[in-house]
Amino acid sequence: MSAQTAPRPHRLRAIARFREAGISIFILILGALVALRAPAFLTMTNFKDILLNISILSIVALAQAMVIITHGIDLSVSSMIGLVAMMVAFVMKQSPEFPVITVVLLGMALGAALGALNGVVISYGKVPPIIATLGTLSIYRGMVFFYSQGTWINSFELPRSFKLLSKGTPLGLPNMVIIALVFAALVYFFLNYTRTGRDIYAVGSNPEAAQMAGIRRQRVVFLVYLLSGLASGLAAVLWASRFESAQTNTALGFELQTVAAAVVGGVSISGGVGTVPGVLLGALLLGLIENALPLVRISPFWQLAAQGLLILIAVVVDNLIARSAKGK
Amino acid sequence: MKHRTLYFVLALAMVLSLALSGCGKKATGPLTFVLVPKNLGNPYFDTANNGAQEAAKELGVTVTYQGSAAADATQQIQLINSLIAQKVNGLAISANDSDALVPVGKDAIKAGIPVVSWDSAIGKEGRVLHINQAVLHDIGAIEIKMALDLTGADGGKIAILSATSTAPNQNAWIEVMKEELTKPEYAKLELVDVVYGDDDDTKSYNEAQALFKKYPDLKVIIAPTTVGIAASARAVTDAGLIGKVFVTGLGTPNQMREYVKNGASPEFALWNPGDLGYLSIYVLHALATGEIKGVAGEKFTAGKLGEYTIQEDADLGVNVLLGPPFVYNADNIDQFNW
Repeated sequence: MSAQTAPRPHRLRAIARFREAGISIFILILGALVALRAPAFLTMTNFKDILLNISILSIVALAQAMVIITHGIDLSVSSMIGLVAMMVAFVMKQSPEFPVITVVLLGMALGAALGALNGVVISYGKVPPIIATLGTLSIYRGMVFFYSQGTWINSFELPRSFKLLSKGTPLGLPNMVIIALVFAALVYFFLNYTRTGRDIYAVGSNPEAAQMAGIRRQRVVFLVYLLSGLASGLAAVLWASRFESAQTNTALGFELQTVAAAVVGGVSISGGVGTVPGVLLGALLLGLIENALPLVRISPFWQLAAQGLLILIAVVVDNLIARSAKGK
Repeated sequence: MKHRTLYFVLALAMVLSLALSGCGKKATGPLTFVLVPKNLGNPYFDTANNGAQEAAKELGVTVTYQGSAAADATQQIQLINSLIAQKVNGLAISANDSDALVPVGKDAIKAGIPVVSWDSAIGKEGRVLHINQAVLHDIGAIEIKMALDLTGADGGKIAILSATSTAPNQNAWIEVMKEELTKPEYAKLELVDVVYGDDDDTKSYNEAQALFKKYPDLKVIIAPTTVGIAASARAVTDAGLIGKVFVTGLGTPNQMREYVKNGASPEFALWNPGDLGYLSIYVLHALATGEIKGVAGEKFTAGKLGEYTIQEDADLGVNVLLGPPFVYNADNIDQFNW
């Protein structure tokens, strides 16, 4: 069924391009409307704030996109961020002289280990991704409480070098923005120009054909969850550095934002479709909404509703286009 | 023959039921109280728990500390329902919503479990009494007083960054602050906005950032919430606005130490949450043992805190007052570690 109705690849590419153009226009319109009501929106400081705010989201949303492209989902990213943030903050508190770069690597390694556990359960244990990661979402969050005994790590307990990791601007832009850009470039290269990257699309768009073509499906699926953990680990270090604290509810609910950014950015929830620029635009749109609502004095309670609405619109538009592509 | 078996079974049933009900009455053991915070993993509430455990040790009772991960009224109601089913001997609750918790509070009282609220009150019907950390008026007044200290005699624009728009304690303080501002000595302070950070670090940070942009000549942010005040102070520090925008409000010493020292938040106020938890358990114990009934005018002694008198007023109904708020600043902050 899915093999017969799936639009041909060039159609999919057309959808992706259409989506990217669509979001870009939407971002411009929204930006113009906000600027009319709140002149403070069009200032350099505000642009810098938006970029800072979406750096972490972009990193995790790109990883989430890879998972969704294989027709999976990783709901545990927020808890992985919470747990790793608490652990690295604890390390920095205990040994402030620890080189910051080692902490970044440590965070990524810890995240990768948590992600690998998801991968094993899903890929080799054959548990549906939504169930498996819903489970680890709670387990990892529980571990945050257990590990921290409910206490927070506060700003005065963290060394300055660690806080500057995200906020320092030796290269003009804040480090965190540069890290996110480099990460996006790496993912772009990986997805488009490596064998494994192409396998991720193949596994998502047509699992049987991928299997017959000799792609080791289980390994690819395992890999995307491991990468999702790794990206969450990196995000966790940046999070603790930027917010100068590790709290038990760090990143609570963040998983929905990553899914929203990916889906709004044109990643198909049924697998096989999605691009790096699309996801970045999706993250930018969400970041813009988050930034604009307080500026135009709309209650932040609308933010969740706005996110939900965007996802619904994105999915409905996807379906309409896919149907019309099939009809032609 | 048949009848004899029947009688035997009936007799056995009666003996058994008597024996079982007897057991039920005999099982007194130590009293178990539950301290319910707005959410878990919040240092403010954890400090209250430390005080509660100290009281538990002195009184020889068991106090457990149970709450939900998110500050959410629905989750709190579910938790309290399950605690009622477990037949605990008393509940001390910091309410996520004053109205939503009234029915479940009534259920608990009907089941013979004394319910008190602390930190954030449950509506009058849903609890026996409220343990008030400070008189509403004192808290609101001290926050406005600190704001004027920070702007200097010339005054200027101030904004309030609160928790959720439904949090009962925050809203009551905001009302008092608005009243205070009408006094002649505060005529030069102009309240330009009230925003809500939902007690979420990221959201509070974003709201604080938006405040600087909307009001470029903003002088003071008052955040009557421990999450909001730290997030605002960090936003001020990150934006390089130390000395231009000051943050004050209610915070905890460990969270604010960095910002008191770097000048983003030279002073803030709070009561001691450890004492609040301590007092809550003493009140529950007095209620559970029948020492007090929860009527205005009754007196009782709460360990190291001394003697208290139950009072009644229009806003809070029956309540007990912990004491006056305390101002933390660079001179005294290093004496505290929580």
